[in-house]
Amino acid sequence: MTVLSIIYVVLFYVAMIILFGGIANKIMLYTRVPAPLKIAVTPAPLTTGGVVYRLFYEVVFFNSLFRASKWTWIFGWVFHLSLLLAFFRHLRYVISPDFFLWPLVNLEVVQSFGKYAGFAMVFGLVGLFGRRVFVDRVKYISSASDYLMLILIGMIAVSGLMMSFVSHTDIIQLKAFILGLFFLDWQNLPNDTILLVHLTLVLTLMLIFPVSKLLHAPGLFFAPTRNQVDNPREKRHLSPWGAEIEAKDGRNA
Amino acid sequence: MADYEIPETHEFPVIPSIMEGAMAHSSPFVAGKEFQDDMGFPSPEEPGQLIDGWKEKFLELLQEKLGKYRSLQVFMDTCVKCGACTDKCHYFIGTADPKNMPVARQDLIRKIYRRYFTFAGKLFGKLGMPNFVGAAELTEEAVKEMYSYYHQCSECRRCAVFCPFGIDTAEVTMAARDILAMIGMGQKYSNQIIPKVHKIGNNLGLPEPALRDTLEGLEEEIEDDIGVKVRFPLDEKGADILLVTPSADFFAEPHVDGLMGYAKVFHAAGVSWTISSKASEAANFGLFIGNYESMRQISLRIRDAAKELGVKRIIFGECGHAWRVAYNHLNTLAGPWDFLDQNYPIPQHILEFTKDCLDRGILNIDKSENDHMTLTFHDSCNIARASRIGDTPGSQFTTPRQVIQAVCNNYYDMSAETIHDQTFCCGGGGGLLTDDLMELRIKGALPRMEALKNVIADNGVTHMAAICAICKSQFTKVLPYYGMTMDQIVSVHQLVSSAIILDGQGEEAEESNGAE
Repeated sequence: MTVLSIIYVVLFYVAMIILFGGIANKIMLYTRVPAPLKIAVTPAPLTTGGVVYRLFYEVVFFNSLFRASKWTWIFGWVFHLSLLLAFFRHLRYVISPDFFLWPLVNLEVVQSFGKYAGFAMVFGLVGLFGRRVFVDRVKYISSASDYLMLILIGMIAVSGLMMSFVSHTDIIQLKAFILGLFFLDWQNLPNDTILLVHLTLVLTLMLIFPVSKLLHAPGLFFAPTRNQVDNPREKRHLSPWGAEIEAKDGRNA
Repeated sequence: MADYEIPETHEFPVIPSIMEGAMAHSSPFVAGKEFQDDMGFPSPEEPGQLIDGWKEKFLELLQEKLGKYRSLQVFMDTCVKCGACTDKCHYFIGTADPKNMPVARQDLIRKIYRRYFTFAGKLFGKLGMPNFVGAAELTEEAVKEMYSYYHQCSECRRCAVFCPFGIDTAEVTMAARDILAMIGMGQKYSNQIIPKVHKIGNNLGLPEPALRDTLEGLEEEIEDDIGVKVRFPLDEKGADILLVTPSADFFAEPHVDGLMGYAKVFHAAGVSWTISSKASEAANFGLFIGNYESMRQISLRIRDAAKELGVKRIIFGECGHAWRVAYNHLNTLAGPWDFLDQNYPIPQHILEFTKDCLDRGILNIDKSENDHMTLTFHDSCNIARASRIGDTPGSQFTTPRQVIQAVCNNYYDMSAETIHDQTFCCGGGGGLLTDDLMELRIKGALPRMEALKNVIADNGVTHMAAICAICKSQFTKVLPYYGMTMDQIVSVHQLVSSAIILDGQGEEAEESNGAE
């Protein structure tokens, strides 16, 4: 194995541990910290099923953002949808042909959509970047890291597009490398500059994810304002620390 | 009227260009030692200073809050600075100060969270460039800035409606205010009022004899007016219903007309009810200062009063944040309510009671009594975005409108983006209804005043009805600044009161009509 490949094998393992470990850690934190009071933003659903629908609608259509700002919604929604399509396309490089998802991933439609989604992704990112530069309010709240995050993902998209449309990489070897990571049977990585840039940026993104605002992905599901059932009069809501206070003075008895 | 620059109203909403520092001078009076002491909060040697070791204390308290409130922990992490909220706050629209954009307001404390509690902030902090990742050092200036801008938020939650992640600035403001109070910077207005609730029974400091006197005066007034004896019982043991209402209902216009409306509805419905001198206040300023224990203590007065008087039901009068606390938190803080009649909602809103009476046809209504008015309705922020008034989601919008339309012939809504869950705060909520914040209150009222002016111009509306004591007081004060008159704000139950015809209301009523 080449030294370069060994370095990337190690980097991938480290990045995956930090990404999944970091997110799991945050999710456990969000689960552990209680929500002492009912703070659903109303009108809110009266049932758990209703809450599932509310969150589904938020996650899939960005409902609140749509109400807030049509421009941000267009750019943001197109970007995230492209991300999803690109993700489906990339599954081809990660799963073996005997895996049950293969026939689905290998569909022409999944592959083509994934391929051209790269352009939509760049469109969305340029729009979001433009808002940060040209809208005085958004510019005011942006830090360097906010711009760099968009640039980072933009460069991942552009380097990916280049491998589809300008200069193909050795995709067979790349897939061998990736599957090797999963089956602990490490293989060489194609020595291809664009690919290495693409992968390095992806590794960077994985490392940043659990310590940055990218936590909005898991965090969205934990906002008490959106995930609480609107039934405070019907069902008593009490946190463990609220119960401790009660137990101390006994005034709720 | 003091001299302030009144923002211009427009036919269509205008989002201002940002003006940095436009409201940096706005800050409510800091609570002096006596008021901090009353609350059990520490006080520095000089008012306006911070206690010794404030920095460690601040970070310790922030850490504690992060461990106790999931909302705060999640909201600190999830903001992506997308800008969706930036043009949604009435204080931003009215002042153009960028720190009044909800995200910027949250960032005052999020920067500290990032600097001291996240890997990225600690790393870049050590490198001397915390602002690279949206972090900042905790300095005395930062604390003073928080005191200023966390008291330019009325905790109305309009931003939370639009945030893609449901981030609620009110939660952040409450946490920040509580931390500030604990390092010596409590707000005078709220800290002065809360002890009165405990010592005397209400925010006004109206003691039992004065309250009894006031209520007797109201009985006489109604009897003189319509010739019917409508009772205002106080501390009557064995009554079925305990009415908990904001103390402004006992004396201020137009609040008191609303109180007379509740009394007439109770009278017509033939139920027995009482006010408690001990719990003669619906307001709960514990919400405003973000203090769970304070909010609980204020709520427990209602539990104690209900037990002492042996009532079966609790009904709340027209008050916005009080209904938020009652609807969402009364069960949590002062429950369980197993000793009350479970056939009725606990607690119930006066509009739920009145609506039910109207639906059952037991009220005799003459809508023409309100024909001299054309109404619109101001959805109070806390009711719109933090409660229901009825069984279905959105009943907090429909129930008040149905009641108004059942007692008035002329009604128009204000424009769609300013009502229901998109309603604008009156500009005086969240513990800001104090004279030392008058400039902020006038400017913050801009979006509501604009929508009101437009519905007046388009539909000939003459009056705006509200169901919140703070809204009513705030509008009474700011309407004149926008070229309208203070009596254009009315209580919903004032409209009910005018239209309801009680049994035995005969000749005397005609006489009083003739006198008008």
